[in-house]
Amino acid sequence: MGMTMSQKILAYHAGLDSVSAGQLIEAKLDLVLGNDITTPVALNEFEKCGANSVFDREKIALVMDHFTPNKDIKAATQCKQVRAFAGKYDIKNYFDVGEMGIEHALLPEKGLVGPGSLVIGADSHTCTYGALGAFSTGVGSTDMAAGMITGKAWFKAPSAIKFTLTGKPSPWVSGKDVILHIIGMIGVDGALYKSMEFAGDGLQYLNIDDRLCIANMAIEAGAKNGIFPVDDVTREYCRGRFQGVPVEFSADEDAEYDQEYVIDLSALRPTVSYPHLPENTKTIDEAEKDRVKIDQAVIGSCTNGRITDLRAAASVLKGRHVAKGVRCIIFPGTQQIYLQAMREGLFEIFVEAGAVVSTPTCGPCLGGHMGILAQGERAVSTTNRNFVGRMGHVESEVYLASPAVAAASAVTGYIAGPEQLD
Amino acid sequence: MKAHGLVHKYGDNVDTDVIIPARYLNTASHAELASHCMEDIDKDFVNQVKPGDIMVAEKNFGCGSSREHAPIAIKASGISCVIASTFARIFYRNAINIGLAILECDEAARDIQAGDEVDVDFDSGVITNVTAGRTYQAEPFPPFIQNIIQKGGLLNSIKG
Repeated sequence: MGMTMSQKILAYHAGLDSVSAGQLIEAKLDLVLGNDITTPVALNEFEKCGANSVFDREKIALVMDHFTPNKDIKAATQCKQVRAFAGKYDIKNYFDVGEMGIEHALLPEKGLVGPGSLVIGADSHTCTYGALGAFSTGVGSTDMAAGMITGKAWFKAPSAIKFTLTGKPSPWVSGKDVILHIIGMIGVDGALYKSMEFAGDGLQYLNIDDRLCIANMAIEAGAKNGIFPVDDVTREYCRGRFQGVPVEFSADEDAEYDQEYVIDLSALRPTVSYPHLPENTKTIDEAEKDRVKIDQAVIGSCTNGRITDLRAAASVLKGRHVAKGVRCIIFPGTQQIYLQAMREGLFEIFVEAGAVVSTPTCGPCLGGHMGILAQGERAVSTTNRNFVGRMGHVESEVYLASPAVAAASAVTGYIAGPEQLD
Repeated sequence: MKAHGLVHKYGDNVDTDVIIPARYLNTASHAELASHCMEDIDKDFVNQVKPGDIMVAEKNFGCGSSREHAPIAIKASGISCVIASTFARIFYRNAINIGLAILECDEAARDIQAGDEVDVDFDSGVITNVTAGRTYQAEPFPPFIQNIIQKGGLLNSIKG
């Protein structure tokens, strides 16, 4: 029986000819990732077991992105602990304020992940790198600590669900709408423990930012990873950027899948997830009828803080103004994206529209800082989770949407698609 | 290994943001995390939980973030075991790695009610609802996983 793409990458890194679903393996890691929240817990474990070295100073990435620039004394103390560790062990890929970005926007941009890579990260959205044809998955801090010490991790080889994407999406339908539609279809545990493998001729219409967004939210369907085949879009993105040697894997023709879905991208509409689960989806047409009044629009994050996301928001906000009573907060994913957006004149559009531009940070997405909601407030957000209390007060609400929908909603003051503005 | 206690019961898709809200992730102190455990879904939990109590929930328990602070907060609050219909995969792995006992058993998860008195035998996987006089069979963990939990987590078990 053939293997899925994910199984092939795991087998390769475990030094095996093949693996099958359910098989327990130990595999060599190309990169171990942590952030300013999960790394301190890992360092406590690291020290508890008496470790005094890391497996490879060049294969660990520590990104200070969640509560930075530090929101309070405790957050500053956590970063200080990680900074000291990075200094002591001469960690090459330590990214602090000034160099950092939101980890899952930053690592692909820096070329630290690429086709065939095996990555674990103490952050659930580590699954983002599947967009580049890598196997990457989120783990906890203890696994991160063990990974930093040994350079290995154990995995149970997952079974997979195949999503064949066909057709060309309409202009305002982005990667975000594709993944929200899928989560609405299969549910927040629809891919529990499994790989989500994407295929089909519709992939040619999804740019790298769309794919990173889709893979990023695989975890919101409970998946272990989400993965795309390597094609010219991937190769173009990784050329001159990826620091490793790309190894291209593809699923066998006779690979076995638990389920298979065919999704016609041309039939999709911009999609919104209602509180308090990403699976509570409605099309923009249904949502507009509800006239959901918003207090805040958040555009950015590891899901939608990339340059094409900012361009989409700018194309909607250009020459328009944010509605009175709405706060529109835009946070680019990385310093490089920030610079590019500035050079392209996007910031001028945002500021003239009455939006604010923040430094890269995970801040508002998880209710950390830079855009917390009060009791009874509502946000439309391009982030990835709308759980109870996710962005602030336990009685606040988050509606997930694409950058174009978030920007259009900021202008109208209620949840609306960009077509409403014409 | 056994557990015995009163049940705190929750439904589907209990996410890590309600187990321990991100606003408290500026610390790794177990006691401090425990003091905010379940705060956004059950304000009274921290006042009512007694050492040895058991948490029961339905499907996809622990979905969302990879924060290990979530199983740490539950364990440090005194909970001896979490029983659920299914667990989200990162939480499942994290719970074992930090030595929080967990069991998947759909029948027990649906049948057991808040306040029930429950016994768990981890060697056999038998869950007994003392209050209702019913038993349920969960798949027991293999000895090496039980050993990790008993030693208080993966790195403790490696240290020997």
